[in-house]
Amino acid sequence: MALLNEQLQGQLKEVFGSMKNEITLAVFTKEGDCYSCEETISFMKEIEALSDKISLETYDLEKDSERAGDYNVVMAPSIVILDSDKKYRGVKFNGIPAGHEINSFIPGILEVSGVGEALPEELLAQINALSKPVNIKVFVTLSCPHCAGAVQKAHKLALESDLIDAEMVEAQTFDELSNKFNVSSVPKIVINDQYEFVGNQPLEVFLEEIAKTQ
Amino acid sequence: MDFNLNMNLNEQYGKNKKAAFDKEALYDMLIIGLGPAGLSAALYAKRKGLMVGVVSNKVGGQVVDTTSVENYLGIDFATGEGLVEKFMHHVQTLDVPMLKDADVKSFEKTESGFEVTLGRGEVIKSKTLIIATGSKPRRLGVKGEEAFMGRGVAYCAICDGPLFEGRDVVVAGGGNSAVEAAIDLSKIANSVTLVHRSEFRADQIIIDHLNRQSNVIIHLQTEIQEVFGDGLVSGIKVLDKATGEVRELKVEGLFVEIGYLPNNQLVIDKLDLNNRGEIIVNALNETSMKGVFAAGDVTDTPYKQIIVAASEGAKAALTANDYINRG
Repeated sequence: MALLNEQLQGQLKEVFGSMKNEITLAVFTKEGDCYSCEETISFMKEIEALSDKISLETYDLEKDSERAGDYNVVMAPSIVILDSDKKYRGVKFNGIPAGHEINSFIPGILEVSGVGEALPEELLAQINALSKPVNIKVFVTLSCPHCAGAVQKAHKLALESDLIDAEMVEAQTFDELSNKFNVSSVPKIVINDQYEFVGNQPLEVFLEEIAKTQ
Repeated sequence: MDFNLNMNLNEQYGKNKKAAFDKEALYDMLIIGLGPAGLSAALYAKRKGLMVGVVSNKVGGQVVDTTSVENYLGIDFATGEGLVEKFMHHVQTLDVPMLKDADVKSFEKTESGFEVTLGRGEVIKSKTLIIATGSKPRRLGVKGEEAFMGRGVAYCAICDGPLFEGRDVVVAGGGNSAVEAAIDLSKIANSVTLVHRSEFRADQIIIDHLNRQSNVIIHLQTEIQEVFGDGLVSGIKVLDKATGEVRELKVEGLFVEIGYLPNNQLVIDKLDLNNRGEIIVNALNETSMKGVFAAGDVTDTPYKQIIVAASEGAKAALTANDYINRG
């Protein structure tokens, strides 16, 4: 049975109609104990079928460890969105982006395909001034209405800089990692595993915390 | 598996993409806030033919964090987010320019109206302002609350509930929000203890619903005195007001649902406020400053309800329209 009902498929087809360039969904799963790996693959197959501009590649976290290393993938399931040159742009989802996270996943596809508004110039200047790598983890739950907004912002920043790697982390799927960072309110944003804040804050707050890593 | 797709994605990215917000224009009306009050004001103002724009840092306001809405006339059931999508869609069919994710820092009165300064320093000009900045969750103000915020103390049950799967949690409060949070959490948590310092204020229909949950314990006339733990919350201290006894409840989560405080930072030194910090408005939604109108949870209008905020927003827009027409 399809995960996406007909109505949702229709809506997504329409949204994907505004994609500019092609994108690739690179999905990493692993054998054995893997919560939601199967559903994630099914979900991605259904998404692929909704647009000619979307193609799907599936990998195994262990067997394709080199590929996983290219995109800093260390968890499964994990979805990486690659641009039309199959380049990793720092847009990653750990755990199935269902529930409210479909509202960060679909914009993620659109943004990597080249649509979306540019960031204000003052923010771009700050991003261009970065010199060291930045990792942004956004911990979410699938029932959190404003978490997707925080994930979108992190991804938007990643798209503007090769130094920024931004990943959604579904807190229930990856409870060990969530416990490690004491996640008990979402969205919780952790930068370079060191600096953190809670809430869908303005981009300026993301950049303030990022500045601390430089 | 559920997918809560935002129906307005097409308006953000797609063919129905809306006109960009013109930061250079002189607006007839600038609305600050995108909750029910602000959106309703935008609808009414646009239909009057006004040049109207909306600035906000949170689409939908508090409604988004509400699980279900069952008391908005004509809509027997909607999720908070679903209702906001309907509101947004309705307003966007009229192509009202919106500046989302923008903080308003301050505003000044000028000869032609107002200059509003945004967080990034941009200045927007408008003849009138509607303040519809809403409210934020009220805090308990007890020892440990601040220190354990995001470490077991939470203010959004639908967001953070899943992180407390199989654990014991407390909900503080006795209004509709608290009772609804307790019902939601009872489906996820091992046990839910509802603690409230007086009697229930919630609607009887949802109290009955709460009473049907087998893993819910209710302590009325009980006051929370302290939150404690080691890095993360491990319990709270409560005072039973009837017996005077102080007890400890071993819980890992405390969800605070004790009402709201007005988001009044923008107007605190500019407009007359009541002792709760709410903007004082008259029946026409006029504030103490000419040309500035206010609506919704940020005002002293009683009953913080979605339908009340929407109706106040409509009134504020109509009054502002009259003000503009009078010149």
